[in-house]
Amino acid sequence: MSAVVILGATSRIGQALAREFASAGFPVVLCARDLAEAGRIAADVTTRHGVTAEAVAFDACDFSSHGPTLSDVARRFGGIHVGVIAYGDMGDQGESELDFAAARRVIDINFTGAASAAEALYPLMAAARGGTIVGVASVAGERGRRSNYVYGSAKGAFAMYLDGLRGRGHKDGVRVLTVKLGFVDTRMTFPMATKIPKASPEAAARAIREAVESGVESMFYPPFWAPVMAIIRALPPALMKRLPL
Amino acid sequence: MTAWREMTVEGWGRYPRSVARCARPERLAEVGQALADRDGSPVLAHGLGRSYGDAALLAGGRVVLTERLDRMLGFDASTGWLTAEAGVSLLDVIRTFAPRGFFPPVVPGTQLVTLGGALAADIHGKNHHVAGSFSDHVRRVHLLVADGRTVVCDREHEPELFHATVGGMGLTGVVLSMDLQLVAIESPWIELETVRVSNLDHFFEVSAGSEAWPYTVSWIDCAATGKAMGRGVFMRGRHAGPGAAPSGRLIERLKAVVEPLLDARPIEPDWLLNRATIRAFNETYFRMHGRGVQRSFVHYEPFFFPLDAVKNWNRLYGARGMMQYQPVVPPDPDHRAMRTILERISTSGFASFLAVIKEFGESHHSGLSFPRPGTTLALDFPNHGQPLLDLMDTLDDVVLDAGGRLYLGKDARVTRERFQRMYPEWRAWRAVRDHWDPDGVFASDLGRRLGLVQDGAAPTGPTRSAA
Repeated sequence: MSAVVILGATSRIGQALAREFASAGFPVVLCARDLAEAGRIAADVTTRHGVTAEAVAFDACDFSSHGPTLSDVARRFGGIHVGVIAYGDMGDQGESELDFAAARRVIDINFTGAASAAEALYPLMAAARGGTIVGVASVAGERGRRSNYVYGSAKGAFAMYLDGLRGRGHKDGVRVLTVKLGFVDTRMTFPMATKIPKASPEAAARAIREAVESGVESMFYPPFWAPVMAIIRALPPALMKRLPL
Repeated sequence: MTAWREMTVEGWGRYPRSVARCARPERLAEVGQALADRDGSPVLAHGLGRSYGDAALLAGGRVVLTERLDRMLGFDASTGWLTAEAGVSLLDVIRTFAPRGFFPPVVPGTQLVTLGGALAADIHGKNHHVAGSFSDHVRRVHLLVADGRTVVCDREHEPELFHATVGGMGLTGVVLSMDLQLVAIESPWIELETVRVSNLDHFFEVSAGSEAWPYTVSWIDCAATGKAMGRGVFMRGRHAGPGAAPSGRLIERLKAVVEPLLDARPIEPDWLLNRATIRAFNETYFRMHGRGVQRSFVHYEPFFFPLDAVKNWNRLYGARGMMQYQPVVPPDPDHRAMRTILERISTSGFASFLAVIKEFGESHHSGLSFPRPGTTLALDFPNHGQPLLDLMDTLDDVVLDAGGRLYLGKDARVTRERFQRMYPEWRAWRAVRDHWDPDGVFASDLGRRLGLVQDGAAPTGPTRSAA
């Protein structure tokens, strides 16, 4: 059976996605910088679900490696059924304002590296006339906000990129799912003391797998973020710039 | 860099509570990183927080939440050996392996404990008389010790560290992973016999006649006095063979009603469990069971984990919390200590909502592991404050006179002096700990209270936050 590839597998959402797809019987390929940690996750999904699982070294910012790495995976597994681009790094907005190298790193991981991976996945799926590219974007990409606009703009650009890729995939049989995540209870949000409810990574992963299975093309999770962000998008700039968001 | 968040940490009894800076590693390397980033403060691992008192608390220290280190690293279906990280829960093990015909070798009254916590408290279950405690089925442990190294210990390699870690309440280091022997089962069903017992002597008689059953325990009505003292419902079970038939599942209906209320947490009723309602419950529960021996098949969940059916059931006790009291006393043909304890409780006016009694089997542990041959009684009380603490102090003396001891996983209040008389092994245990942790890197509020960690490590006791 062709594989489900998780890019950014050592994040809790990546790990939860690996378990979700493994529970449905798919072989999973776990791509991450930390190969030892990805190996533990591979052992976990094999132990739990009896599927083949493999850890593969992958760096979001090593763009030129994406094509060869993913075509090798596709060749060995007989194709890629689903490719999830799950990595992301919020960085530090303050640091990004002081040092453009820090801002560029955030943009490279969240946009350039994500688009590069999608471009590497696309021809493999188009050649097989099937497959789904899942891009994990963020509600932060819905409107520029002073508190994290570098990260937000990279995620927003990725969502816009995915919109275009969806149109291209329409003729080639490649589906594109954009996932806009709100607060999920991960290492990124753990230190934040907030009253806003955080979804569990496991629930987010389940919702993503269900969306892949049912052919949904764009989703917010948790879903209440859709109307919230619609309101925030509609705020006039003169008001928006005064809000402490 | 480790991300720390200041949180109020509580045990399952919700008393006491203390504030600590917490980290929640998601990758193995982040545990060692948290230890390195502790900034001079002591450290304690915390799993699912099901110990009742202050065992998983560390006021002013660094608490490492292990729940996300939950990877199963390997399983050999021909032998039943599972290798798993310490944050894996028994619920997870059972959900994964019961459908494949395997079950944990020892389970406590809840599935919501981590493997690391199970080892640290060396938990026991209804099969102690035949299977011993949890650690009797653990082969090898990966432990992060004070100097930042990961030590692999078992009964041959670093055996002193292994034995000190078993029942060591997390004070020898952070358990990272272990090898656990699962047992083969043929069905998720339990063949169950319940026997209504009319008093304490009757309980011991039925218990002696039930030794061939792998799982035994008795609910006991602590409000009963005089000739009825010690009356209850004795339960004995075994894993059913293939093709066993199910009975009804009342518990599911109960869960549907109660759980949403507790989940939403609009109610934390201090008044709900009082002496009258607890007496009424006990009376009803006793009458519900017919006389003599009743036979049935039940699913493993209500048999082993009746309380897991209601998530957050501890909130039934309200914000004041609850306290558990679980002693074991050595065998005694006249059962004097048990009688005295039951008499003191029934005359005290404090009612215990859930009380169980069980006879333990042999035990061969050298460290702070709790089970010893004899009779154990587990009681829980709404937190009535000082009068209840006074009662427990008098019960401690009865337990001590009988040569018994208390279960640290449930304790929130025993004094250091009494603890040290209950556990004369503490001095040898402490020497092993001091060898591996000479600077007091690991600590807990329980460890400070009982003198299990260096006094210099942290002077403050548990701080009670506003309820």
